[in-house]
Amino acid sequence: MPKKVLETININKYFYDPVKFRVLSDINMSINEGEFVSVVGKSGCGKSTLLYILSTMDTAYEGELLINNVNLTKKTDKDLAIVRNEHIGFVFQFHYLLAEYNVLRNVMLPGIKLAKYPLKEIEHRAMEHLRTLDMADQALKSPNQLSGGQKQRVAIARALINDPIIIMGDEPTGNLDKKNSDMVFDIFNNLVKERNQALLIVTHDPDFAARTHRTIEMADGKIIS
Amino acid sequence: MNFKLIIDIAINLIRARLKQSIIAAVGVTFGIAMFITLLGFMNGLNNLLDGLMLNRTPHVRLYNEVKPSPDQPVLISKEYKNNINFIQSIKPKDRGREIYNSKAIINILKQDKRVIDVAPKVTAPVFFNTGSIEITGVVNGIDVPAEEHLFKVSDYIIEGNVFDLSNENNTIIIGKGLAEKMLVKIGDVIKITTIKGGLVSLKVVGVMQIGIAEIDNTMSYTSLRTAQMLLGESASYITDIQVKLTDVLMAPEVAKEYQEKFKIDVIDAQTANSQFETGSKVRSIISYAVGITLLIVAGFGIYNILNMMIYEKMDSIAILKATGFSGNDVKWVFISLSLIIGIVGGLFGLLFGFGISNIIDIIPFETASLPTIKTYPIDYKITYYVIGFTFAVCTTTIAGLFPALKASKIDPVEIIRGK
Repeated sequence: MPKKVLETININKYFYDPVKFRVLSDINMSINEGEFVSVVGKSGCGKSTLLYILSTMDTAYEGELLINNVNLTKKTDKDLAIVRNEHIGFVFQFHYLLAEYNVLRNVMLPGIKLAKYPLKEIEHRAMEHLRTLDMADQALKSPNQLSGGQKQRVAIARALINDPIIIMGDEPTGNLDKKNSDMVFDIFNNLVKERNQALLIVTHDPDFAARTHRTIEMADGKIIS
Repeated sequence: MNFKLIIDIAINLIRARLKQSIIAAVGVTFGIAMFITLLGFMNGLNNLLDGLMLNRTPHVRLYNEVKPSPDQPVLISKEYKNNINFIQSIKPKDRGREIYNSKAIINILKQDKRVIDVAPKVTAPVFFNTGSIEITGVVNGIDVPAEEHLFKVSDYIIEGNVFDLSNENNTIIIGKGLAEKMLVKIGDVIKITTIKGGLVSLKVVGVMQIGIAEIDNTMSYTSLRTAQMLLGESASYITDIQVKLTDVLMAPEVAKEYQEKFKIDVIDAQTANSQFETGSKVRSIISYAVGITLLIVAGFGIYNILNMMIYEKMDSIAILKATGFSGNDVKWVFISLSLIIGIVGGLFGLLFGFGISNIIDIIPFETASLPTIKTYPIDYKITYYVIGFTFAVCTTTIAGLFPALKASKIDPVEIIRGK
């Protein structure tokens, strides 16, 4: 039986402003390692909200969240930061690279923070990731000098640096054209195949979703399929 | 916590906003430089003015005060013991100005471990005669080596040598004002009338200038023996015993002790020069206040710039948090950022402060009243540099703390979703 990397038990979330409103109701789901899962749904159905809860950045929810079989509900900000650093990789719709650092350094940053390997080793691993993503020749450029698709690949490399057990994406292709979007999909697909990492991608793109292993469809804060 | 990484991020944030960071640091530099210059200059002047009085006054002086006897006959009388007695027109008792048993007192004082040295002195009011005019003045009979050791009298001798007083009897060093009035120069002989009417001729071997006209117009120095002879007294006649202590702060306590021990009037330097102390204190307070105000203003500058930087760097903060930096880490990034600005600005401030002090130190400052001073006085006390730097680091830390706390509380979800 494959190992569960992420599991939720009865997650509920409310927005209180302007009136009390139930955004997520009784979310129960799990993701196994090596699984490529997409989350689809209309705008406002709560899919991004769910993703931020799963990413541990949003802690204002009811219910329980387990990553790597560790219950993260009620952990401190500091502990959650360590979990994010070590076990979760992020790719956002917008690229969110640090303009102060060059591409290589951006990729290395979470690795330096984790400090599992010496700096030289981190640099080597970062270059390896950039090479697989065909970005090695851009390593010393500043993020501003890259195109949108290139930036997204750098962001993916950064998400991979600490070998996370799960990679989460909030519409990572939402801002890209068809060609770049396909490229990002292929990269994700390879990750699942070669590294056995889990992927959880929120998307609007039905084509993208159709090609993933499993699609979770949401409506009005509930998982409908 | 990985401080190396945090400081690296802080440095990169500074590099990205180099101009603003430099302006913030310049604010601190300016504050510290002014703080140090101001304090150095103010205290240089303070020390100069204090020195003018304090270095020439003994820490403790033993003498006989002219005052009425505390025990009036009627108070001693048994008959009127229970009455309330009013006595009018009391006159001071003539006890003479001589300190009795002065030799023994001096010997005891010299054995006291707190005492650096003791200098006996004879003061006598006299008239200096020039033609038909008599000028009132004072003769100070001094023990030249002891006086030189304690008060560095040679600093104030502008012509001649103070040791000529002890080398030759019947010699005198007179104040510059006196010399000008009487039109005398070294080698001339002047006539002096004592208050008892004796007439003595003394040879002028030097001219001195202290810088206070009132003193320069009346003061003169002779050897102890010459002064005693002038008054027709024996070699044991002493009117003042001047004591210098290892620590001037002990003076009031020591003075009290001697007063009880020797049954004699004793005054300490603090009491004798209380007005100078007050002046110095007020000047110090003013310069500290101005310096600290400058640093606080610099602190506000840093606060503003950091606040702006945080608004600009919201995305970066969100990313740092999303990739595994805790709120605490982000807080430390901004605190180290402002500390770097504070430390760099502070170090340059120390350097500039020292530089400006040095420039002031070589500006000529020549005044007739201060013959030993050639340039503006500066106090290079290390304490000012330590206080200035400490305060700079403290203000910048506090100025950075509030923006840093704000940054640490930024919710990454809000920023990432907000796009």
